[in-house]
Amino acid sequence: MNEMTKIETTLKDWESDQEVRWCPGCGDYAILKAVQRTLPQIGADPANTVFVSGIGCSSRFPYYIESYGFHTIHGRAPAFATGIKLANPELDVWLVTGDGDGMSIGGNHTMHLLRRNLNCQIMLFNNEIYGLTKGQYSPTSRVGTTSPSTPMGSVDRPLSPCAFALGVNARFVARAFDVSKNLPEVLKAAHAHKGAAFVEIFQNCIVYNKDVFNDFAAPKGAEDQQLWLEDGQPMVFAKGARGIALDLDTLSLKVVDVVDGDWQGAGVLVHNVTNRAIAHMLVEMPFGPFPMALGVLYDDPRPTFEESVLEQNARAAEGKELDLARLLAKGQTWTVEG
Amino acid sequence: MASVAEDRPADSMMEGSTPEAVVVRFAGDSGDGMQLTGGQFTLSTALAGNDLATFPDFPAEIRAPQGTLFGVSAFQINFGSTAIETAGDAPDVLVAMNPAALKTNLAALKPGGLIIADTGEFNRRNLDKAKYDASPLEDGSLAKWDVLAFDISALTVEAVKPFGLGNKEALRCKNMWTLGLALWMFDRPRDPIYNWLRGKFAKSPELADANIAALDAGHAYGETAELAGPLKKLHIDPVESEPGLYRTITGAEAVSLGLVAGAQLARLPMFFGGYPITPASAILHNLVKMKEFGVTTFQAEDEIAAICSAIGASYAGQLGVTSSSGPGIALKGEAMGLAIMTELPLVIVNSQRGGPSTGLPTKTEQSDLYQAVFGRNGDAPMPVIAARSPADAFECAVEACRIATQYMTPVMLLTDGYIGNAAEPWKVPDPADFAPFPVSFLQEKNHGDQLLPFARDEKGARPWVKPGTPGLMHRIGGIEKNPGTGNIDYSPEAHQTMTEARRDKVLGVANSIPDQEVCLGEASGRMAVVGWGSTFGPIHQAVRRARRRGVDVAHIHIRHIWPLPKNLGELLKGYDHVLVPEMNTGQLKTVLRDQYLVDAKPLNKVSGQPFTIAEIEAAIEGALA
Ligand code: SF4
Repeated sequence: MNEMTKIETTLKDWESDQEVRWCPGCGDYAILKAVQRTLPQIGADPANTVFVSGIGCSSRFPYYIESYGFHTIHGRAPAFATGIKLANPELDVWLVTGDGDGMSIGGNHTMHLLRRNLNCQIMLFNNEIYGLTKGQYSPTSRVGTTSPSTPMGSVDRPLSPCAFALGVNARFVARAFDVSKNLPEVLKAAHAHKGAAFVEIFQNCIVYNKDVFNDFAAPKGAEDQQLWLEDGQPMVFAKGARGIALDLDTLSLKVVDVVDGDWQGAGVLVHNVTNRAIAHMLVEMPFGPFPMALGVLYDDPRPTFEESVLEQNARAAEGKELDLARLLAKGQTWTVEG
Repeated sequence: MASVAEDRPADSMMEGSTPEAVVVRFAGDSGDGMQLTGGQFTLSTALAGNDLATFPDFPAEIRAPQGTLFGVSAFQINFGSTAIETAGDAPDVLVAMNPAALKTNLAALKPGGLIIADTGEFNRRNLDKAKYDASPLEDGSLAKWDVLAFDISALTVEAVKPFGLGNKEALRCKNMWTLGLALWMFDRPRDPIYNWLRGKFAKSPELADANIAALDAGHAYGETAELAGPLKKLHIDPVESEPGLYRTITGAEAVSLGLVAGAQLARLPMFFGGYPITPASAILHNLVKMKEFGVTTFQAEDEIAAICSAIGASYAGQLGVTSSSGPGIALKGEAMGLAIMTELPLVIVNSQRGGPSTGLPTKTEQSDLYQAVFGRNGDAPMPVIAARSPADAFECAVEACRIATQYMTPVMLLTDGYIGNAAEPWKVPDPADFAPFPVSFLQEKNHGDQLLPFARDEKGARPWVKPGTPGLMHRIGGIEKNPGTGNIDYSPEAHQTMTEARRDKVLGVANSIPDQEVCLGEASGRMAVVGWGSTFGPIHQAVRRARRRGVDVAHIHIRHIWPLPKNLGELLKGYDHVLVPEMNTGQLKTVLRDQYLVDAKPLNKVSGQPFTIAEIEAAIEGALA
């Protein structure tokens, strides 16, 4: 997020003149709309906003937003964003990446951007597949995913982007899915966080990995499998009938029934966005026995990378005069007389 | 190279009492501090007004086992009263701090040269490590040379006794004792070294005092030893130099200063993204100390992130710079393509080293010319400049910044490990002598009510549009684009037009660079010896010597490797023979043949050591025989 002058815009102002070229029905459309809806709500200024992306279906995103946009190379968007922010910290930078771009070829850069805490929003569209290259399995694909490169099913175990983010010391981790009506709220929270804000967005690739998130993200009927987390609120789901509690014997989470709304009696935890240990447990909950944890899982700001760098720059320059001739003549010199 | 006395001989010679130039090599264990000794001797030599060139040659290992052959670290300096352009072919004096140092460096020593050896280190253990059966100091095998062997170790321990150091610490002062002797030999003042030692050991004055005592003891030893034996005091007159202020400079320092000056001339803050790699890291280390000039440095997670962050900074309106050596440059290739495609300014410094792969990290080579000119996917043209010496690297860096910002293109600046580490006197330039090339960012739409981010000026350059500028929102990327709007455009016409536009823009840089000059000899004749990069020195001296013997030969040195100067083809056609000495297997040679259909003949050396003058002289003779 940036401390910025709020600008009045409408959703239309954020639509570029470029024809959107995702497959019809792709979850990316819903995310694009959610972002275009969010930007006016946070008072973002198109001239001061930069969308940076790598390569992949998701990385086409910047072309469709009427702001500054840089479609870079595969996996490296975090590195470009770092240069952009260090050169001009006033810019409001959004990163758009995917599970292949951000977790495979660019995993290294995602890691370092998060641990450095560069002040920007990272939206990782997780569709558990390589879409643009026609459907190979990705680092988030579930074991057994059949694809052109794994006809007998994939054998390597997937990673969880949110667990990765927490592991490399991200200070803001959130999760949502493409068609969720809550997505703008999550994006707003990400924008309000000063520092690297990591948002995993489950996205339906209807061509190569159709409906793999339907158990919790179907447009209708899967709500009972969604645990929407809110700071200070009890961790209840399934219309308040169930909740998440801490099993003190195993120091792990468990699902409990909530009878007559008495979540306290059931020992349901209250969500505290600064509790890192619980955040780790929430992202590790196996889906099926547990619901999918969504919303802001963790939010505990620290000084940002660019602030610290620029503060050092200023300190190094303090009291020094900008004299190039003096710099060139530094060290031991001698004069040859004419 | 500081001299204006271009046409006087600079051959090393010890005969006579006042030679014009002397080559000294300090060699010892990597723990003996030979690079420091060499560096301080260089400084005192520069202060005495001699022209000089140095060649630090150190092992790849950080701490090689003591006394071993591969742990030898050497520092060679050639200094004199005339123009010096190489570190010298063969040393006149070899200081060998142990048997391994003697063994690995003896072959280079000039017949009749002087060996100064520390007998304290010529014990059985060290002789074994150096694979000597018998001590060479005693078996007569050094008869070709003058030998001055005495127990420097014991003399040093004795000299620093009053300071109560442990034996190990006391022995560490050996290099200062040796330096003291060298200072005496060449009639150099000790004051600058005293000052340096006091600064270096400000926190432990007893160490400063001990080192000074060792230095003085070495100096005093010279006085007494002169009475007998081969040790002679030599005085080298100052070189005749252009009047002005001088300092010594290494290539890495010159590149750093040149980049800062270039950014200032462009009126831009500079962003440097780097990743540790030998021998390029020195540039990062230098730039972190220049933050007051609007320099932001960023140590990235890898080579790719280093260049990508620099491109990001350029996109946001600063001058992005990245630097590396061959292997790192290879990793940056894809990102260079993006900078070419999005037409953003960027300076990429390649401190070349021996390759391929990890190759010879601490040895020099100029084998990345193909990589610089051709080494990317697609038709990806990029200007390439090569520095010829530490001092020249300053101007080259400024030039790289100029081309990058004026033509909206990445530019590669080639140096090498030799240029980066070597030092030479440098006439400190006046920044006011450089014409500024201020950058202007596009502030409003450039085509009626339309923004055309890829409209071109008369140089073929597109406008630089900074994010944050109201009303100029647009998208750029690595996909082929419409020649004006920059929107994605895969059409056949768009790719044809844009590929040609990128090529023509880079070729057009030739309009802004000086015509190729002949730096020694006539503009036509029997032979031109054509070089680039750090082979300048030996080529220049070899051509000079051949000309003195009446050979019709000229020296042409190319700074702009791509695009080449416009008149170069015509110029080369004026010679019967074209000889191209390179520390690779013939890369510039290939480019010259391709561009001009000239019968350029290669002379190649890839041993990790610079050419000697004699090698090039022999090749000239051979080709004309
Ligand atoms: S391939 Fe999948 S992710 Fe890509 S645009 Fe089509 S539906 Fe969307």
